[in-house]
Amino acid sequence: MDLQDTPAEAAFRRGLRDWLGKVLPDLPPPPDPLDWPARRAYDTAWQRRLYDAGYAGVHWPREVGGQGATPAEYLIFLEETERAGAPYVGANFVGLLHAGPTIAAEGTAEQRRRWLPGILSGAEVWCQGFSEPGAGSDLAALRTRAVRDGDDYVVSGSKLWTSHAEVADWCELLVRTDPAAPRHRGISWLVLPMDAPGVTVRPLRTLMGTAEFAELFLDEVRVPVANRVGAENDGWRVTMVTLSFERGTAFAGEVVACRRALVELAGLARRNGVWEADPGLRRSLGLLAARFGALWRLVQWNVSEAQGGGVPGPGASVFKLCFSEARQELYDLAAAVLGSGALVLADGEGDDWTAQRLQGLSYTIAAGTSQIQRNIVAQRVLGLPKPGRA
Amino acid sequence: MDFRLTDDQIALQLGLRELLTGRFGPEQLRTAMTDSDKDRLPLWSELADAGLFSLRKPEQQEGGLGLGLAEAVLAFEEVGRALVPGPLVATELATVHASLPLHQAAGLCRNRPAGRGPLLVERLPTLDTLLLADTVTGEVQSVSPARVRARSRRGVDPLTPLWELEGPLPSGDPLPGLDARRLWVEGSLLTAALQVGVASRAVATAVVYAGQREQFGQPIGAFQAVQHLCADMLARTEPARAAVRAAAVCADAGASTAELAVATAGAKLLADQAAVRGARDCLQVHGGMGFTWEADVHLLLKRAWVYEGSFAGAAESTELLAEDLSAAAVGHL
Repeated sequence: MDLQDTPAEAAFRRGLRDWLGKVLPDLPPPPDPLDWPARRAYDTAWQRRLYDAGYAGVHWPREVGGQGATPAEYLIFLEETERAGAPYVGANFVGLLHAGPTIAAEGTAEQRRRWLPGILSGAEVWCQGFSEPGAGSDLAALRTRAVRDGDDYVVSGSKLWTSHAEVADWCELLVRTDPAAPRHRGISWLVLPMDAPGVTVRPLRTLMGTAEFAELFLDEVRVPVANRVGAENDGWRVTMVTLSFERGTAFAGEVVACRRALVELAGLARRNGVWEADPGLRRSLGLLAARFGALWRLVQWNVSEAQGGGVPGPGASVFKLCFSEARQELYDLAAAVLGSGALVLADGEGDDWTAQRLQGLSYTIAAGTSQIQRNIVAQRVLGLPKPGRA
Repeated sequence: MDFRLTDDQIALQLGLRELLTGRFGPEQLRTAMTDSDKDRLPLWSELADAGLFSLRKPEQQEGGLGLGLAEAVLAFEEVGRALVPGPLVATELATVHASLPLHQAAGLCRNRPAGRGPLLVERLPTLDTLLLADTVTGEVQSVSPARVRARSRRGVDPLTPLWELEGPLPSGDPLPGLDARRLWVEGSLLTAALQVGVASRAVATAVVYAGQREQFGQPIGAFQAVQHLCADMLARTEPARAAVRAAAVCADAGASTAELAVATAGAKLLADQAAVRGARDCLQVHGGMGFTWEADVHLLLKRAWVYEGSFAGAAESTELLAEDLSAAAVGHL
């Protein structure tokens, strides 16, 4: 057990720190969160800078265009970029953290050549077409159908909660290719070009009042069979690979962000007098510091276990469960610090704790609800019996 | 960075687990309860021989294995899981820092600032020495237990008999070179490791019982309500375990007492919660059986309470963490 940087890790950290110190000062101000095209431009421009500097796909293998960094170095990357206040993956989220790793792991050589460079350089943006109106956390209930016709699949159905759909070039799409097969079988993982005829994107207004997601309608859309990643009807397994990446490390950088937010909140509480006046609140902040600290250690542990290039295990659900709840509590505590200020949205510069609090309501729902994570922990980690199988 | 256990650490952990499984199973636990005569310390010589108390001593000293806090917390997770009664932590600290001979036992209490409620020491008549730690001045004194006025109290945990110290404490022999604050922090961390062991046992006990006990035509572990209780138990235990181990690793890498105090405060808080809430949830999974003397579940909860009340408590830890946040916020501005 050790937590210190090896000489190679220390050199990587130093190099990254130096580079961030040089590029961040002349970064343009972040765009209006409501302006999706501006967000795409901002996020992909940052990705391009990472790419040019040799920091794109840090932990992806070299043979697929990554930097071949160890999982520990990837954590250093997340820690340092977050600590320096660098932009987060943003619009590149699905490409870098879902579709890219999935294609790298399951795609053919041709598929890797076609799609991975665009993801790494920020040239192309991806969205996720997994959920449907009748299939959220119960993803195996999806109904969007793909019928083989020559060299194409003809796809019809609809998808929901499709983040970045408005500005995406590609969609990682789950479709049912064998309606007669049991639910978890008969699913395939396709790459859908968003400009294909028959694709309609309709923005979905969230409780924030913003169009964060979209609905996706697919009306006899032709998708080449060559765009299928993995075998036909094997999409469920491919998807589990994607989701384990998501639960395993996709949120790791955000733990650092939460720790930084907690320090900012302590500063705010000191400035507005709450720190001295409300010992209960002060202690709640202390407890939350302990929780984020421990979650970072848990990430380091999980990553150490995965070192050697494995797929994150189902223990990642423990992390996802704890982190999304702690993160919501952070914003509830922010509201307690702000008092009546929590009832108004910020109208200018600075942190918008209230907007974050609203946004945070999705954390225990997105990427598998907390209840589903508990089922996974109970059944797959602890080995408790499946319900209804007496 | 590689936070995985090394092969030697795994061997230490498994060796101790094997010893404890063979020597302190459910029957021995029961026997230890019924003969809880005050002079009897279950397993004491085996634990001393296995190096539990001396593994952090330099190799040239009696029983010394020259290992670090990282190995000590792994070992204490195991004895915590086995519910081996104490005074384990104070004895380890006295063996490592105050040259307590092997096979002897020590107690430790903080004479200032006094906590809330009576000053309690476990198994006072059995102890060879009692360390008094003044965490304000940093001074540590050693007192002969025979010179301390105390009365026996019925402790909540049948395996942790308690004595309440009365009147002014006698002044003891100063132990120069010892830092009471360091002892207190290390004691808190080792206690947190014991709690991680208790919490792990609570999860395992609940899962086994939930897989066996049938109601409404299926094992209760198939019900989502029970599954979610168990999942939450694990979700509290794993971050606590990571925090305890990380604090120990940082200490071995040379963290100052102040840095270690912050890391330990978080670890102890989370480990206390994992153990206390985990034991309660385990009791709940056992239903009516959990409320009986015959089920061992109540022993988990009572021990978790004892450890929760030992060394740094929740108020102390949260205040320390808050102070640290506040200092970081000032540095941030």
